[in-house]
Amino acid sequence: MSFLLPCPNCGPRDVNEFAYQGEVTKRPTQSPTLRELSSYLYFRENVAGVQREWWYHRLGCQAWFQAERDTRTNEVLATELTEPVSAEGAPGPEATPALGENPTL
Amino acid sequence: MRLGPRPGERIDRSDEVTFTFRGKPVKAFGGDTIGSALFASGQRIFSRSFKYHRPRGLLCCSGHCPNCMMTVDGEPNVRVCVEPVREGARVKPQNVRWWLNWDLMAVTDKIGGPFTPVGFYYRTMIRPRRAWPLFERFLRSAAGLGRVDKHAGRKRRFDTENRHVDVLVIGGGRSGVEAARQAQIRGEDVVLVDEGPEPVERLGFPVLWPARAIGIYEGNLVPVEAGSTLVRFRAKHIVVATGALEQPLLFPGNDLVGVMLPGGARRMIELWSLRPGRRAVVLAGDDRALALAGELEAAGTEVVRVVDLRREQLREIEAWGRYGRLESVSLDGETIACDLLLASGARQPAYSLLAQAGARVEYDAKRGIFVPADLPDGIEAVGAVTGRVGRVAVTPATFNGASRTDKCFACICEDVTDKDMKRAIAEGFDSLELAKRYTTVTMGPCQGKLCHLPSIRLYARETETDEATIGTTTARPPWAPVSLGLLAGRPHEPAKRTSMHDRHKDLGARMMWTGAWRRPHSYGDPEAEAKVVHDSLGLIDVSTLGKLLVRGPDAAAFLERLYPNRFADLKVDRIRYGVLGTDGGRVMDDGTIARLDEELFYVTTTSTGANTVIEWFDWWNAVWGFGVETTNVTGALAAVNLAGPNSRELLGRLTDLDVSNEALKYLDAKRAQVAGVPCLVLRIGFVGELGYELHFPSPHAEYLWDTLLGEGADLGIRPFGLEAQRILRLEKQHILVGQDTDSESNPLEAGMPWLVKWEKDDFVGKWALEHVRERGPREQLVGFELAEGLGSVPAEGGQIVVDGKPGGRVTSARWSPQLGRPIGLAWVPSRLAHEGAEITIKMNGGFEQGRVRLKPFFDPDGGQLRS
Ligand code: FES
Ligand SMILES: [Zn+2]
Repeated sequence: MSFLLPCPNCGPRDVNEFAYQGEVTKRPTQSPTLRELSSYLYFRENVAGVQREWWYHRLGCQAWFQAERDTRTNEVLATELTEPVSAEGAPGPEATPALGENPTL
Repeated sequence: MRLGPRPGERIDRSDEVTFTFRGKPVKAFGGDTIGSALFASGQRIFSRSFKYHRPRGLLCCSGHCPNCMMTVDGEPNVRVCVEPVREGARVKPQNVRWWLNWDLMAVTDKIGGPFTPVGFYYRTMIRPRRAWPLFERFLRSAAGLGRVDKHAGRKRRFDTENRHVDVLVIGGGRSGVEAARQAQIRGEDVVLVDEGPEPVERLGFPVLWPARAIGIYEGNLVPVEAGSTLVRFRAKHIVVATGALEQPLLFPGNDLVGVMLPGGARRMIELWSLRPGRRAVVLAGDDRALALAGELEAAGTEVVRVVDLRREQLREIEAWGRYGRLESVSLDGETIACDLLLASGARQPAYSLLAQAGARVEYDAKRGIFVPADLPDGIEAVGAVTGRVGRVAVTPATFNGASRTDKCFACICEDVTDKDMKRAIAEGFDSLELAKRYTTVTMGPCQGKLCHLPSIRLYARETETDEATIGTTTARPPWAPVSLGLLAGRPHEPAKRTSMHDRHKDLGARMMWTGAWRRPHSYGDPEAEAKVVHDSLGLIDVSTLGKLLVRGPDAAAFLERLYPNRFADLKVDRIRYGVLGTDGGRVMDDGTIARLDEELFYVTTTSTGANTVIEWFDWWNAVWGFGVETTNVTGALAAVNLAGPNSRELLGRLTDLDVSNEALKYLDAKRAQVAGVPCLVLRIGFVGELGYELHFPSPHAEYLWDTLLGEGADLGIRPFGLEAQRILRLEKQHILVGQDTDSESNPLEAGMPWLVKWEKDDFVGKWALEHVRERGPREQLVGFELAEGLGSVPAEGGQIVVDGKPGGRVTSARWSPQLGRPIGLAWVPSRLAHEGAEITIKMNGGFEQGRVRLKPFFDPDGGQLRS
């Protein structure tokens, strides 16, 4: 990957400045069944085409935003800071950002 | 050997340079390459081939083939024909077991050896299985090119540079220079890169020379190797002017020393004033090669025969030599003595970069070459790379006669012969992509520059199809070999140091890594340090804790949603322990949360978790839009933990704050001046003894550290390190997230079910934890102890054996000087997670019996912590 990604705050930047956090998904709101929960936690559409996804400008302004990207060409159609969605459409993956070695209190 | 001075030569005869070759001095001129100087000194054999160890000499003189690779100043696989000479350079041949002119391994060429036919070792050496290690040792010592100097250290510095331009021109031939000039006239920001060896005409625009474009990546990213710098170009527009590459002819003996590509001989004469040979035969596939005959004569080479392959159809060519050096060639049966054979077929457009960028490549049957088509936006091609190579000969795939005696190489990098290719087809590898992987044709150092087209031709003929049907294999970066150091860049190893770092060093601390942080492991004797904390007073630098401010009208509600426990009811100036979980219910980080006022919380995280936690907070807030702001103050604030029975006494001496147990209770958070430094005083006790964490602006760190040690001297204060802290926290059964938990752990099973407040409507991880609660705990994190006086400690990760099978694991274990026995934390099956249960731990090559302990070993009821 070496495409440019336009940060809504900073403009087009090398994709390596960003952290990718997966597809935007819908978070269940009330006691989901195990199947519903598993599909929210572990299943992704993985489309060959345009998808909406989370990005974080880690080496820049440190803002979270969403992008519409064509997964076949890495063409980024749009990026935007999100409007709050109250509990709906919460972050996707079972994303436990990797902890470093030897975490110590 | 050197010709008289010639106009336009690149060497500067007044500038004498000396380097060594196998320890012996070689004289050269400025402007020479190591290869040209060696040739001038009489050297003809430059390397030994990969498999058969056949002698090889200069072939292309442009850095494209594998024939002149040597080790220069410890760096292997340097193409000496394009490597400029430098004073004192140490040059050695490689892939040779004795000496270039007499190589022990060359027997493989005569009698066959481990590598003889393609795929031989896949098929042969796997049986008998037992013997494989033996075979492998031999193969490994025989395989590979060059030796990496393991003791080289970091002599060379590599750098990365980013550059943005309007136009990047790759290739400095006539068309490339013209394209750059036009861009400059249009007022565009243009840079031209060229790999050499011919110098580029300078017309005012910036030129990187010699510099090689490694590939074209998406987003018009072009990494360029420029000496020790990797320049990453981002160009709005890329002009590819990489020209065309002379293609070798396939005939027996086509790799003999003295068989050259015409362009190589031309460069020898023009750049370095060398006479490439005494008697030459020219087999010309185009006008350029034809024109070379005149140049050769002018350089004193007798041209005995010139064949224009476009007019004269040759059927059989075979070259003969002695000791690997060309002596004669026979053309359709007519034998001609010569020591130089200049042979080339078509000039194939060097389209690789264009194909990487997404261009289609199609076969032009009339001219027998592949040409690029359908260039993507932002990519332009000019000059010979577009297919404008003049009239070229369409030669047969091979010129093998029936009576051939020598090998005919399709790929000189990997020593793949025409017979190897035929065998691959016979074995069913009838697609070129497969055959490429099986025979490794095109996979050597030339990356297909000299063997791609010939191998396609050969394949088309043998499979009785045509070149268009066979097609090309996928072009991938790098286009030219690139050293790993260049890709790795500078040897940055980021290290974070606390503001008290130098004090630890002064005290003789043994430092260790925790994530990117450098921390004191101990100041000499960790067990004694742990004892001091129990007996009197210890001081530890905990500046590495992540520290975040969460501020805003919704701060409490926000934390309620992120943590499984409650924060809305946390009173101002009070502290609560919290464990962060994922939506899968997994433990992610932990720390303490202090409420500083209604709308302001001070959150600490693990030492390595600060960035992760702040990203996590901000992510959820991007979704939910709470009225909250987070600020990372990890670096701005330093922190120490003052722990031990005398800690209250020392703190009281240095502050006006009422430090009595009534005024400053366990889990109180107060702001106060300590020794004149504004501090946040947190009464918490990770190590189990009465203790206070002081968080304060880091510029005061050394001052406060010194003051605490000085003022506490009569109270027996001593600094303690991480190792003592680990012993102490185990005595208290405080877990370390990431050490005692992993990505599968949840708070219910990790011994913290009390933390989860089910009555809350929602919190991150609630839905998953509900399902865990339903199924009940499977394994649990518990404390354990081993027999008193047992001298050794189980390894972290050590197995717990249940009914003769692995049933759990030790996550932490230490010898406790306080208890006189090994203690630790371990995951055990739930049925064993009760007080006093017997567990069996595999250690010391045998088994030891341990006992589950659910309550802290030290101060089980927390009385001391609260008093
Ligand atoms: S002769 Fe040096 S690379 Fe070909
Ligand atoms: Zn940004």
